Amino acid sequence: MSQYYLSHLKELEAEAIFVIREVVAQFEKPALLFSGGKDSIVLAYLSRKAFAPARIPFPLVHIDTGHNFPETMEYRDWLVNELDVKLVVGSVQESINKGRAKEETGWNASRNALQTVTLLDTIEQHKYDAAMGGARRDEEKARAKERFFSHRDEFGQWDPKNQRPELWNLFNGRKHMGEHFRVFPISNWTEMDVWQYIFAENIPIPSLYLSHEREVIVRDGAILSTSPWLKLKENEVPSKKIVRFRTCGDMPITGAVESEADTVEKIIEEIAASRKTERGTRADDKRSETAMEDRKKSGYF
Amino acid sequence: MNYHQNNQLLRFTTAGSVDDGKSTLIGRLLYDSKSIFEDQLEAVEASSAKKGFDYVDLSLLTDGLKSEREQGITIDVAYRYFATPKRKFIIADTPGHIQYTRNMVTGASTANLALILIDARKGLVEQTHRHSFIASLLKIPHVIVCVNKMDLVEYAEDVYEKIVEDYKAFSSKLEISDIQFVPISALVGDNVVHRSENMEWYQGATLMHMLETVHIESDYNHIDSRFPVQYVVRPQSKEHHDFRGYAGRVAGGIFRPGEDVLVLPSGFTSKIKSINLGGEALEEAFAPMSVTITLEDEIDISRGDIIAKPNNHPNADQDVELMLCWMNQRPISVNTKLFVRHTTKEVRGVLKEIQYKLDISTLHRIENVNELTMNEIARVKIRTAQPLTFDSYRRNRITGSVILVDEGTNETVAAGMII
Repeated sequence: MSQYYLSHLKELEAEAIFVIREVVAQFEKPALLFSGGKDSIVLAYLSRKAFAPARIPFPLVHIDTGHNFPETMEYRDWLVNELDVKLVVGSVQESINKGRAKEETGWNASRNALQTVTLLDTIEQHKYDAAMGGARRDEEKARAKERFFSHRDEFGQWDPKNQRPELWNLFNGRKHMGEHFRVFPISNWTEMDVWQYIFAENIPIPSLYLSHEREVIVRDGAILSTSPWLKLKENEVPSKKIVRFRTCGDMPITGAVESEADTVEKIIEEIAASRKTERGTRADDKRSETAMEDRKKSGYF
Repeated sequence: MNYHQNNQLLRFTTAGSVDDGKSTLIGRLLYDSKSIFEDQLEAVEASSAKKGFDYVDLSLLTDGLKSEREQGITIDVAYRYFATPKRKFIIADTPGHIQYTRNMVTGASTANLALILIDARKGLVEQTHRHSFIASLLKIPHVIVCVNKMDLVEYAEDVYEKIVEDYKAFSSKLEISDIQFVPISALVGDNVVHRSENMEWYQGATLMHMLETVHIESDYNHIDSRFPVQYVVRPQSKEHHDFRGYAGRVAGGIFRPGEDVLVLPSGFTSKIKSINLGGEALEEAFAPMSVTITLEDEIDISRGDIIAKPNNHPNADQDVELMLCWMNQRPISVNTKLFVRHTTKEVRGVLKEIQYKLDISTLHRIENVNELTMNEIARVKIRTAQPLTFDSYRRNRITGSVILVDEGTNETVAAGMII
């Protein structure tokens, strides 16, 4: 006798697949925003499940800041081949060259905010009407109120006070010309759910997430990898540490954690015991209490 | 290894009045279940200090948007997550003011359970009635009534008993099948996660224990088989040249390969050839699974069709009666045209008649109305351009629900429960 209920992971999977299929059914030209991080990797694997045995019917769009970890780029190219899916790259460097975006200066300069320009340009250039992302509501306060189907005006902006109510599993993707949607199929997943799913489904992940030895510096409590884009201050001396990354952002701003976890199983154990959120290692969220809300309003991921 | 891998998922909604401690209760649940991280707590401690509080205001954990933090109120539905070794929880945290009925309805639409907070000093108030009515209207299967702020009434048993009695008398008029009660203090933590030492007279479970054990296995309909087709999968590759799969999420009942099916609205019949997900063949599919179904016969099926069983299938009709919650700033009057979204189908429709409006605080019917304004609930008739294939909401929350979409602005303007 079967038991007619799903585990929480299976229920979250079913929900995400439903949302991904709604996107393909309701929009003309959808795309999946692929960062190389674990959330967008899970999204890509869910997309494969949703349409098997057919190929994934939309491209992966990577907004390349030019400051990626080499491991992220290597994984991206492997995955595109593995899933037999189309890749579209939007280049932040190109936006800077064209004068569309201006490089930040100073010690904590990053290309994080510049991505918004390239992202919106790429969406407009390819006429994508729905861009799926791996954002989760548990990540950050402003994300807790985000919809699955998030409407963007013709300027790509998000208006948190004027969101469409979202009821049952009825998603309203109607829009006017020039507007688009951001869709977040794994909205209801937590960091732990993502890792458990990666473990349960045996999904390959970039080596960055696993414990390894790396040359780093410690700045304002954050462990940063040395890289051509990280300017060292006078008193900063790189040293070797055994670390791993909990998120996969830009190399100069993504902090590592000291960790011996070299398997997904050990990562899950580590997260279960951890007392800090994953975004606690991201310098981009620490700029102000509403940093994420402000970036989201202007069209960020 | 079992890091909560096979837990069940419980979705619950919280509703409460402005000052009855809802945010504090959520903060308490997250805090005592160790779901708050150090950096989140540091941020809340810093904000509390900035506001001049001499305690850590746990309610600050849940106020998300800048304007909400400025005004100290919750505007929108916010979703929170926590897990215990037994279950994973999703909280739809909704504000309690009357102008936010639409948010409560939104939060309630996907919930297995509603937490209703009552201030022990005040007893049942108008908002208690409203929240309970919405839980009943949206057919939330389980309700837990938390009598909060017991610390402010000296943990008196008779105060609690009186509120329980009042609530039972009131709720007998509603359709809520499973109600539990618990006396708590969210501020101090009594009976939230840990048993209270201040209420020896209370022999029941803590709130957390109730959340972890309430029986949710029967919340989905596993009797009436319904499969709204979302998308037709056609690989168009050499290997799968003839593959034609119907992708969708089971809305009710159980489907197995070899079974006879009826496709609506066409009325064609066939047999299930296979049920798959991600290339893996499944022996059965039940709600809320997302799967791909193939049939023995090549028949014309597209998005919006419903696969059911020959001896048990939904009705098809162009005239639909609904309980409607109007959610838009601009009122609606009779004869307004709209888009009607039902399962995976969208059709044009028109509001034919407003039979009566409900005062959701008193449950009185108001007749002879021509217009509905934001946050009003009414019984209405709509007529659609093509037939909808539906069940009553009471029978199935998925095939019995609709949203209405404005033709001009594309906004979602109403939620409807089919009678």
